[in-house]
Amino acid sequence: MIPSGEHEPGPAQGPGFGAAAAPAGAWAGAPAGASAGGAPAAIELRGISKSFGPVQANKDIDLTVARGSIHGIVGENGAGKSTLMSILYGFYRPDAGTIRIGGREIAITDSQTAIRAGIGMVFQHFKLVPNFTVLENVILGAEDGPWLRGSLARARGELQRLAADYDLQVDPDRTVETLSVGHQQRVEILKALYRRAEILILDEPTGVLTPAEADHLFRILGGLRDQGKTIVLITHKLREIMDITDTVSVMRRGEIVTTMPTRDTSPERLAEAMVGRKVLLDSGRTPAVPGPAVLDLKGLRMVDKDGVERLRGIDLSLRAGEILGLAGVSGNGQSALMEILGGYPEPGAKVEGRLTLNGRPLPLTRTDAGARRDAGIGHIPEDRQAEGLIMDFAAWENTAFGYHDRARYGRGWLMDTAAMRAEAAAWMDQFDVRPRDPDLASRNFSGGNQQKLVVAREIENDPTVLLIGQPTRGVDIGAIEFIHRRIIGLRDAGRAILLVSVELDEIMQLSDRIAVMFDGRIMGERLPGQTDAGELGLLMAGLDPATTAPEDGIPPEVGGPAPPFDPGRDRPSDAGPASPSPSKGII
Amino acid sequence: MDFATVIQILDSAVRLMTPLLLACLAGLFSERSGIFDIGLEGKMLMAAFASAAAAAVTGNVWIGLAAGVAGSAALSLVHGAASITFRGNQLISGVAINFLASGLTVLLGQTWFGLGGRTPALDGAARFAEWQLPFAAQIAPVPVIGPLYADVLSGHTPLVYVALLAVPATWWLLYRTRFGLRLRAVGENPASVDTAGVSVTRLRWTAIAITGLLTGLAGAYLATGLSAGFVKEMSAGRGYIALAALIFANWRPWRALGATFLFGLMEAVANRFPGIDLGPFTVPSMFMNALPYILTVIILAGFIGRATPPRAGGEPYVKES
Repeated sequence: MIPSGEHEPGPAQGPGFGAAAAPAGAWAGAPAGASAGGAPAAIELRGISKSFGPVQANKDIDLTVARGSIHGIVGENGAGKSTLMSILYGFYRPDAGTIRIGGREIAITDSQTAIRAGIGMVFQHFKLVPNFTVLENVILGAEDGPWLRGSLARARGELQRLAADYDLQVDPDRTVETLSVGHQQRVEILKALYRRAEILILDEPTGVLTPAEADHLFRILGGLRDQGKTIVLITHKLREIMDITDTVSVMRRGEIVTTMPTRDTSPERLAEAMVGRKVLLDSGRTPAVPGPAVLDLKGLRMVDKDGVERLRGIDLSLRAGEILGLAGVSGNGQSALMEILGGYPEPGAKVEGRLTLNGRPLPLTRTDAGARRDAGIGHIPEDRQAEGLIMDFAAWENTAFGYHDRARYGRGWLMDTAAMRAEAAAWMDQFDVRPRDPDLASRNFSGGNQQKLVVAREIENDPTVLLIGQPTRGVDIGAIEFIHRRIIGLRDAGRAILLVSVELDEIMQLSDRIAVMFDGRIMGERLPGQTDAGELGLLMAGLDPATTAPEDGIPPEVGGPAPPFDPGRDRPSDAGPASPSPSKGII
Repeated sequence: MDFATVIQILDSAVRLMTPLLLACLAGLFSERSGIFDIGLEGKMLMAAFASAAAAAVTGNVWIGLAAGVAGSAALSLVHGAASITFRGNQLISGVAINFLASGLTVLLGQTWFGLGGRTPALDGAARFAEWQLPFAAQIAPVPVIGPLYADVLSGHTPLVYVALLAVPATWWLLYRTRFGLRLRAVGENPASVDTAGVSVTRLRWTAIAITGLLTGLAGAYLATGLSAGFVKEMSAGRGYIALAALIFANWRPWRALGATFLFGLMEAVANRFPGIDLGPFTVPSMFMNALPYILTVIILAGFIGRATPPRAGGEPYVKES
């Protein structure tokens, strides 16, 4: 649950955005899909179609979004959400259909037209210039004239006003790459508002935020709506839809399958509409029966090649038959930890600590993933395309790769490719990988099916310990359900599992124990039944829940916030080696 | 070493710096926009040939200058088409341009003039005259400052002053104008420019055009200012040295002035002291002449400082959402 201030956390409640004084019935008079009492709708799409070669990305889309409302669009990966929004922002031209913005029909030929029509877009991957200041980023492309001086001065005043109006404080003179992700997102919103956007489209805006940051974002969006702005929120997180949208549309295979007021629906019904069949949101797991400790990690420290300490003394103990979930905002050391456990620490890093598997010591450095797999530690890496698969290799090569020197694949000096193919085919059957063609190159599978290939390889080789990084990132709901069940199945077979995920929901759903990482250390450990997202969110932000109220869990402006009780230390620097520059008065 | 020698070396360093500085600034515009330009060398060579040929035929150095810029711009057009419009590999396009210029200049030179690839020697109005800065003669007797002004700063051909003025002009354009803001942005993250509704393609073409102009000046200076006519391969790797200076300068205009002056100084020292006698042995002249190139290798290998190139450099921009 998102700790949304005073608001009750029930998922099936109506437009549950409570923090800003939102008039609860503001949208209620406007039936979804029609514009109320003469006032033209903010966005009106009629019969929009777009195909890329043989792929029909959008098919006959009709969509009406009322002014001053928050409209959610949900759908699985590849359902056509992004294509639709790209059409609205002028990246693609539709093959057919009409677009009306504020009642006026326009042809959006490029981004410039979209901006002039009052459409602002906040992309999932920010479109900021990292070494520019906030101010420079805001005016880029919207300068007042050929000389910068006047533009910068005016923008400074304008930002001050926007910050006051919408709770969007950012230091205008700060370089963007030194800002935390949450603040970078604010810069994107400010960019749109500076261009006088009346319609704001946000694509998966909370993927990179802590729960508290996401909550703050929702407060901002609520405030914008109350000022009459129209907001379109694209997401795959059903809870966000339930919490802050007024109306919601579900897309599947390029079509809008349903549009309705959010208060008339439920996460279960949305999920069903997205996938086209009933989905078990609950993974249906039974309590763990943990055995003895299998993997033991003591005092792990890692200093990377730039001299930044990324891991600061990590102790972990993993028992057979349990899933230990490692929560945290990405970039707080989880990747470094997984790489070290997986046998391939970052080049040039200095590592110290002690690792034992079933009492036998394992080396931390000068080893490799192959040796780890021989020892019984399997690994589903967080980036399946770079680390989990070789994208140009066929599926059967990838399901064997890493285990290709096993006896069952050998035939004298040669590899038994027939055996590899047969096994790949069998696994693809079991894991429902589509299309079921072992000879197809991995890059030609969808994200969910690629992940199933990796999961099949690692689970079917029956490791003692399985390291799992972001198992369902970019994976559609149907496949998530399946992968979760397989992970729990492996646990029930008595294997130890270490799960890293930035999706708090996933951690809460799967884990038997939850540890929270922040700034290279374990902030604390909780049992899933005895904690909530609010408490974990504070730990993820590096704060002690015992002394902090949940609303304060928004990390400071600087990237990789320094722990408040230990200000002298270096900070994790995913944003590069930027030194913490002194904050010049925040506007 | 007496003061007169120092003045002489500095004067020579300024002359030798000029083509490097122009080429370096040319590379700066291109690379700041995200287009790597390894073809500076070829463009300079082509400009040197075109300007020398035109000046030899017409006897007018300004027509030569225009022809030099046109020659360089033509190759820029090729590079732009390959790397912006057709999204090809910028390094390959640059290497191709270098080969093209190297062969084409000699071929055309032989066909037109029949002097084994050379152009006829230039003199009079076919070369740039030296300009005396105002009051040079009056200030000259003042100790230290006098010779520095009258002998080092004054008495160069116009292109030297164009190159020196191009430094503040580039700085101002880059950091004080809308064009500069967009140019710097497009080399760092073209998507940010594109989503702001500004054409990435047009910006990059503009940058490439400026590069063509500046390398044209650099090449013309080689043939009509520094020398008197075109000789085969006369750019002698200056395009690559300019690239090294650009990296050394971290893609900033004022530092480009410093870096290219350093290279010019080394060349000047090598020219003045072909062999340095160190008692037990003499440093051979070949070593002195190789110094700028050795420094280039060291810089390109990343031994000096940390260079942070424009992030989007070398990658064609493909729109994606």
